[in-house]
Amino acid sequence: MKRVVSAMAMLGLGLTALLAQAGAPGAVPDPAASWNHLWRDVLIDLFIIGAVFLAAGLYWVFKYRATREGQVGEGPKLSKMAAISFAAVPAFLFMADDFYLAAKGWTVWNEYRNVPRNALEVKVTGSMWTWSFEYENGVTTIFDPDSKTGDGLVVPVGKPVVLRMNSVDVVHSFFLPEHRVKEDLMPGRVTYLWFQPKAVGETIATCSEYCGNRHSFMWTKVKAVPQAEFDQWLANMKKGGQGA
Amino acid sequence: MSTASSGFKLSEWIFTTDHKRIGILYLIGSIAAFALAGIMALLIRIEQSSPGATIVSDVYTGGEQYNVWLYFHGAAMILGFLIPGLTGFAANYLIPLMIGAKDVAFPRINALSVWLFWAGIVVALLTFVVPDKPDFMWTGYPPYSIKSGGNLALYVFTVHLIGFSSILASVNFLVTIIYMRAPGMGWMQLNMFIWGSFTALIIQLVFVPVLAAAVTLLLFDRYLGTHFYDPSNGGDVLLYQNLFWFYSHPAVYVIFLPAMGIFYEIYATMAKNRIFNYKAAVYGMIGIVVVAGEVWVHHLYYSGMPDWIRIGQMVTTLLISVPVGLMTISMFGTLYKGAITFNIPMYYGVAALYLLLIGGLTGIPLAMTVMAVHLGETSFTHAHFHFIMGIFATFSVFAAVDFWFPKISGRMLHVGRAKVGFWLNFIGVNVTFWPLFIIGVDGMPRRYWDYSQFPAYFADYHKVATIGAFIVAVGMIITVSNWLFSAISGEKAGNNPWGSKSLEWTHTETPPGPGNFPKDVVVDAEWTPYNYSR
Ligand SMILES: [Cu+2]
Repeated sequence: MKRVVSAMAMLGLGLTALLAQAGAPGAVPDPAASWNHLWRDVLIDLFIIGAVFLAAGLYWVFKYRATREGQVGEGPKLSKMAAISFAAVPAFLFMADDFYLAAKGWTVWNEYRNVPRNALEVKVTGSMWTWSFEYENGVTTIFDPDSKTGDGLVVPVGKPVVLRMNSVDVVHSFFLPEHRVKEDLMPGRVTYLWFQPKAVGETIATCSEYCGNRHSFMWTKVKAVPQAEFDQWLANMKKGGQGA
Repeated sequence: MSTASSGFKLSEWIFTTDHKRIGILYLIGSIAAFALAGIMALLIRIEQSSPGATIVSDVYTGGEQYNVWLYFHGAAMILGFLIPGLTGFAANYLIPLMIGAKDVAFPRINALSVWLFWAGIVVALLTFVVPDKPDFMWTGYPPYSIKSGGNLALYVFTVHLIGFSSILASVNFLVTIIYMRAPGMGWMQLNMFIWGSFTALIIQLVFVPVLAAAVTLLLFDRYLGTHFYDPSNGGDVLLYQNLFWFYSHPAVYVIFLPAMGIFYEIYATMAKNRIFNYKAAVYGMIGIVVVAGEVWVHHLYYSGMPDWIRIGQMVTTLLISVPVGLMTISMFGTLYKGAITFNIPMYYGVAALYLLLIGGLTGIPLAMTVMAVHLGETSFTHAHFHFIMGIFATFSVFAAVDFWFPKISGRMLHVGRAKVGFWLNFIGVNVTFWPLFIIGVDGMPRRYWDYSQFPAYFADYHKVATIGAFIVAVGMIITVSNWLFSAISGEKAGNNPWGSKSLEWTHTETPPGPGNFPKDVVVDAEWTPYNYSR
């Protein structure tokens, strides 16, 4: 019992240390990179648990095969103390792992939900089955997945982008697979997500909440360009009569 | 007069109040639903095997066909197969036999339950007849379900009929387990399947009414012009999602707990062993009842819910691993120092050990809010719940039929065919769902039939998954046809071919006659269904 208590205290300390580490100031947050990192940690965690159980299970299955007719198992009849320990110790270990994962998950979650102050704000409107993007100066863009024309979402590299999102009809979900993030859009609420475009290039965003016939086709190009090019593009769009 | 020797009279089956026959009626209905939903799965897999329109008409209207397959597959598998297969067939056939009762507490209500279930299946089948086929998934989220041209009433009435059937069955079996146990049978002497069913039925009784209310409001919004889910008139879109998952997450346990119970029975019998740390497993099951109602928000991790509840329910969701872990340890531990015989039920038992691990562990990242923000609604999620809900639970129904087959039919299963069926099923599900895990992590969304916006290699993984689905289909056809074949021409079974210590084997004829037990069952304080070595 004493050992359990001291182990619990150790875990408490460990958790505090872990939480203290969270959100170290200075560094530019990069949620997608944190996600990838955490995903690797989680996989290792799962792999260890899975391997231990599977190895034990398979070993026992082969080791304890009946060798003669009428043989019966000799599984232990646990004493009260043993029964409690066999429940309490694993329960404690599982809980420790849960809190460890929860603490790690929470740290990254905070990155996901705390929008950097310098973020570029874009308004996203979902409708069956198009995304439209409205910039602060009133410029609006869309992308047509059938003809593959239109600019879609254009963002500057190196600047965080926050999307304020709403739907005019049914529930949609704005999913940026490359950026490891999604959030639903629905009528009656404004939701948000933010991401950090890191490199020049084209990626996609696609609807991930079922919305009917053309659900699979509700996607858009997401184009990350250098800041200067972005500024120019936005100015040209404005001049071209957009968002007057 | 036993059920086998009386000859077949249809009216006897229609008007039966015998729990064993009612159980078989549930089995027939749920296997029918399984077969149809399985055909839908094959259509879905063929369509996904390449991007663009593979078998649907074209890229503009193809969704109208594909989405109906998705709807029917989900609704029929869960409401028509898994829940009735476990809390209908298995509960009906086994609960009275395992506790030494002559029948259930309310046999006529039991008959009503099964026919309500059949009515639900018939209403669900109208999907293929009506012109306005439902296309809003088994979840029926508004506003889509209200705006959709699909027939919402069919969906709601299916839920009503099957839900009403479930509520009646829950009351019936809870009363049966509480009041009709054989004299001398204490709570800590019950079969694990009884505990699994008991806890599942409590959950069912508490939560099904919430689902019924949620879909009824949907019906009102669509046809009576109310605005419960319409934000432009003061309603709320998320209200439905909350109500729906408040039921539908616990529904996972309505399936999971009896499925675990079945595997405990098989493990204990085939290893001739006592359940390792029986009480910890029982408290684990009770623990699930306690947490079942506090975790639904993990289905809404990216639905715009307040951040505090997304984090709060991450913790409760992760904590499910504690009761499930205890149950798993006691399941694995039952093998320890056992005297294991390998036969078909045990094949499924060993497969279950693997499925439980894969399905359970892949649930852990999905329990973590931030991980789910990427993995949710991708084919990773889809593969996760197919491993645990789809395959683990389906294997439990198949294992149950195989394990109790001698008791139910009076004949032994043809082993060779059953083995071929098993291996095809087991290999097929892995070939189907591993590729979906992988492209899910890369971003493949669920419920898509076109995915041209994604890298070309996605199509290769989808093709492999489609091949896997057809391997399963062949396995299932062999498995189910083997039941029919064996029921007619199998070798005659003795009363207790597995040498079990559980009442349904030790105290009944094969198959059990009306009233179940030739003599009233009384057990002493030493008795347990697992007392192989005292
Ligand atoms: Cu959409």
